[in-house]
Amino acid sequence: MIPGRFEYHAATDVDDAVRLLAEHGADGKLLAGGHSLLPMMKLRFAEPAHIIDINGIADLRGIREQGKALVIGPMTTESAIIDSELLQRRCPVLPEAAQLIADPQVRNRGTIGGDALHGDPGNDHPAVLMALDAEFVIRGRKGERSESVDGFYVGPYLTALDDGELVTAIRIPTPAEGHGYAYCKFKRKTGDYATAATCCLLEMEGDTCRRVRLTLTNVGPTPLRATDAEALLTGSEPTAERIEQAAQAAMSICNPAEDLRGSPEYKTHMAGEMTRRAIHKALDRARRG
Amino acid sequence: MGEPTTKIGGSTRRSEDKRFLTGQGRYTDDINMAGQTYACFVRSPHAHARINSIDTSMARDADGVLAVFTGEDLANDGIGGLPCGWQIHDVSGEPMAEPPHPLLAQGKARYVGDHVAVVIAETKQQARDAAELVDVDYDMLDAVISPAKALESGQPLVHDEVPDNRCYTWELGDSGAADEAFERAHHVTSLDLVNNRLIPNALEPRAAVASYSPGEDHYTLYTTSQNPHLARLLLSAFVLNLPEHKVRVVSPDVGGGFGSKIYPYAEEATLTWASKKIGRPIKWTAERVESFLSDAHGRDHVTRAEMALDTDGRFIGMRVDTKANLGAYLSTFASAVPTILYATLLAGQYTTPAIHARVTAVFTHTAPVDAYRGAGRPEATYVVERLVSQAARDMGLSQAEIRRRNFIPTDAFPYQTPVALNYDVGDYDATLTRAEELADVAGFEGRREEAQKRGKYRGIGYSTYIEACGLAPSNIAGALGARAGLYEAGEVRLHPTGKVTVFTGSHSHGQGHETTFAQIVSDRLGIPFDDVDVVHGDTDRSAFGMGTYGSRSLAVGGSAIVKAMDKIIDKSRRIAAHMLEAAEADIEYDDGTFRVAGTDKSLSMAEVAFSAYVPHNYPLEQLEPGLDESAFYDPTNFTYPAGSHICEVEVDPDTGRVEIVNFTAVDDFGNVINPMIVEGQVHGGLAQGIGQALLEGAVYDAESGQLITGTYMDYTMPRADDLPSFRVDTCNTPCTHNPLGVKGCGEAGAIGSPPAVIDAIIDALRPLGVTDLEMPATPLRVWQAIQDAQGRQVA
Repeated sequence: MIPGRFEYHAATDVDDAVRLLAEHGADGKLLAGGHSLLPMMKLRFAEPAHIIDINGIADLRGIREQGKALVIGPMTTESAIIDSELLQRRCPVLPEAAQLIADPQVRNRGTIGGDALHGDPGNDHPAVLMALDAEFVIRGRKGERSESVDGFYVGPYLTALDDGELVTAIRIPTPAEGHGYAYCKFKRKTGDYATAATCCLLEMEGDTCRRVRLTLTNVGPTPLRATDAEALLTGSEPTAERIEQAAQAAMSICNPAEDLRGSPEYKTHMAGEMTRRAIHKALDRARRG
Repeated sequence: MGEPTTKIGGSTRRSEDKRFLTGQGRYTDDINMAGQTYACFVRSPHAHARINSIDTSMARDADGVLAVFTGEDLANDGIGGLPCGWQIHDVSGEPMAEPPHPLLAQGKARYVGDHVAVVIAETKQQARDAAELVDVDYDMLDAVISPAKALESGQPLVHDEVPDNRCYTWELGDSGAADEAFERAHHVTSLDLVNNRLIPNALEPRAAVASYSPGEDHYTLYTTSQNPHLARLLLSAFVLNLPEHKVRVVSPDVGGGFGSKIYPYAEEATLTWASKKIGRPIKWTAERVESFLSDAHGRDHVTRAEMALDTDGRFIGMRVDTKANLGAYLSTFASAVPTILYATLLAGQYTTPAIHARVTAVFTHTAPVDAYRGAGRPEATYVVERLVSQAARDMGLSQAEIRRRNFIPTDAFPYQTPVALNYDVGDYDATLTRAEELADVAGFEGRREEAQKRGKYRGIGYSTYIEACGLAPSNIAGALGARAGLYEAGEVRLHPTGKVTVFTGSHSHGQGHETTFAQIVSDRLGIPFDDVDVVHGDTDRSAFGMGTYGSRSLAVGGSAIVKAMDKIIDKSRRIAAHMLEAAEADIEYDDGTFRVAGTDKSLSMAEVAFSAYVPHNYPLEQLEPGLDESAFYDPTNFTYPAGSHICEVEVDPDTGRVEIVNFTAVDDFGNVINPMIVEGQVHGGLAQGIGQALLEGAVYDAESGQLITGTYMDYTMPRADDLPSFRVDTCNTPCTHNPLGVKGCGEAGAIGSPPAVIDAIIDALRPLGVTDLEMPATPLRVWQAIQDAQGRQVA
């Protein structure tokens, strides 16, 4: 497991990282937690000529509340997300999802940015951040811009991030007090990618579902937002029948690839099942307040 | 269990763990030699390809490269291939087909990962980089992966000289008697069974460091072998034609083998040869992907099995037809695993009077298949126990009842089965009774109802297995085709200060021999446990050995040590008699003390040892000085560990996920030296058996022959959260024919557990109409089985 030859650069700050990215263009790869990139390099499926290590940039780490938003540095590790008292209080779906990623060793190194920005449809954060209406704050040579997570993913390993750009923050509108949430992930074993997973966030007003987000992991080339399913639930009472209809609507947008985790048919059914479970769990939590 | 003692029967903490847990272990990759170079093997990316040419010029010119060798270089030096250690005869009477197994491909590559060339360079990185520069011109050819398909006419041939890819067809048992039983059967239970292909996945990958000393014309090979003496014998006598006395093979600490490290492989043989060619030591350590591709795989049987029963549910006959996948080449014991180690176990724990087995062994374009924890016996157990459990359902008998009606009774031992083996002792009812108690079978229906309320289906599955361990009486093995003896050697050396060094031909790679063997010596010689050191894994230190596999180390290797100790005690008694001025017949020996009967005159073993090395008051006319004895032990029979496994599962019908909620294993291992180590061995075996039943399975693409499960992301090893806390106990009947009364425990868990798991799932899903399930029972498979059964019920 020896990677090919590469040049190693330790970026000192964001400007330095942007400069190094510009200098090396498509030959340069950012190194975050390394848990996607390094295995690919060791298998020699990826042979970038330049590795730009951003682990030394303190500004890219941390979780803070800023007005009505939560701002997370992309280099924040999964473990830090799981342990964050702020997130457990304000946005518990993120720690819930992070806890289901890989295993403790990986979570101690792996970062939310690495997971969210790699473009792997098997990664869990994209669907969760999509459900949270999050946006990426992006820096490049031309300056800073923001990009909504919904629409950011173009295809497998293809995102709206241009060569030479890096994400400096993930901004999440703080979810409403008392919202319901769930990330239900079905996997063959600890450490595996999802066979299918669903993120559900909802806000209840009495018996009526005022707002809902339903997003799916690993049942298409990108994370999917089940807008028809959301529409079925929004503004009405989430009865068992409606939840079933929403699950069916979520299944109808699935287009998973066949692999060892299952046939497209099976994965689609699991997406439906995870959707049912996520809605029920989110509802329970919302009702319990 | 009382205070742990360091004698026999005590759960002594493992002395080897100190170095393992503090990072002080010394594995092959930790060995470094002056001037060491590194090898990287170029492997075939194709399952089947003609090699038109290999251009090594770019690689030779690369930075740091010392040499690039191909199969042509080996052929030019007259280097042969890897031998097969067991010759099976075809039903025609002809010996099995034995195509060459070259170290580096000769003209053709026959599986993805087949060795094509080796690059040797100053650094690991340089070797790896240069390997990419070796330009192999391949013509891709069609590949065949499935053994059933490989037998059909018109399929690609793995070896041109082996028509139909058939290595042999072999039979055991009386087909006439079996057919007759089926003719008069009240009921016949039939199953089509697949024993899924497994990849061993030892924690430590294979590795080797080879060197040659021209001054002494001497080779040294450090390698991850379960049997260094056998490796030396095969390398020197059959592969490289080296003088055996000029070759030293060392297997230092080895991190797990499970069978995969029994065999000599192409890598270490090539390294040994190449180290002389380049005049420098060479190291190679497998990358994990290489382990997946090129370690010998296990299992991979497809079987049609039938059981004939009378009206009382008694087994009156059994017929088994198995196709066994050998992979592309015959690995060392590949031919014995699906025959001698498989069909001989088809009687199980039962009195089935007529059994016939037919095995067709087939070459395919896949990695070689050989012994893997259990080796043939898990395959046999899976056939027998799946049949028995299905027969119980067919006949409306409980799982316990059908077994009890067919168990060999305790008064029938020694019991001759119709498939060659002679079981010495056992009490099958006892382990089943204890297992049912420990598993709280009585409370199962209540737990099933409770689970039902939560929407879960709960089921219970049984497996009452038997295995044959302690390989093997050499004369019987020889008559069955073994090309080696299967004894073990041991040496016990008392030092002048009363300390002891034990040299054994067994090899410990996780089994805890350093502790278990020291307990035996401490117990027999009355010497403190800490004063006993156990040496293994070095052909220069232990006289000889056949190594560790088939749960043989204690039964065979331990017995050799006991025999050597018997000689020590005999000689010591004579020395003591002289020193105590008594007749030899009056000397009593107990726990390290020689005493003149009826007196308080005594000597300790340490005092005798001192006298043996400082023979001032010593019978020099009758006895040589010194106290160092060795022995070879050749067993007179196999040992027959047996037991009862009960598995309880809960199935989520919406996802197909199976959770093992309880697993009980009650085994008969004969006498137990260290209960803690035995329990650890059982846990490990169960994890591997449950892994086979629920998660693991090597998958090759049927068209391209690519290994799809070539990383840990794709090949799903069990993890801690996939397993319950096991309920483990033993009900032991001592083996009657070895001096320790031991049977072996290393493989039992992997042998007994798979059918218990699968039958628990089938039992759980009976209300949904599921009647059969293949391993591994992944959520996908279980969910699909439920869908199919529901579809059938609707239709």
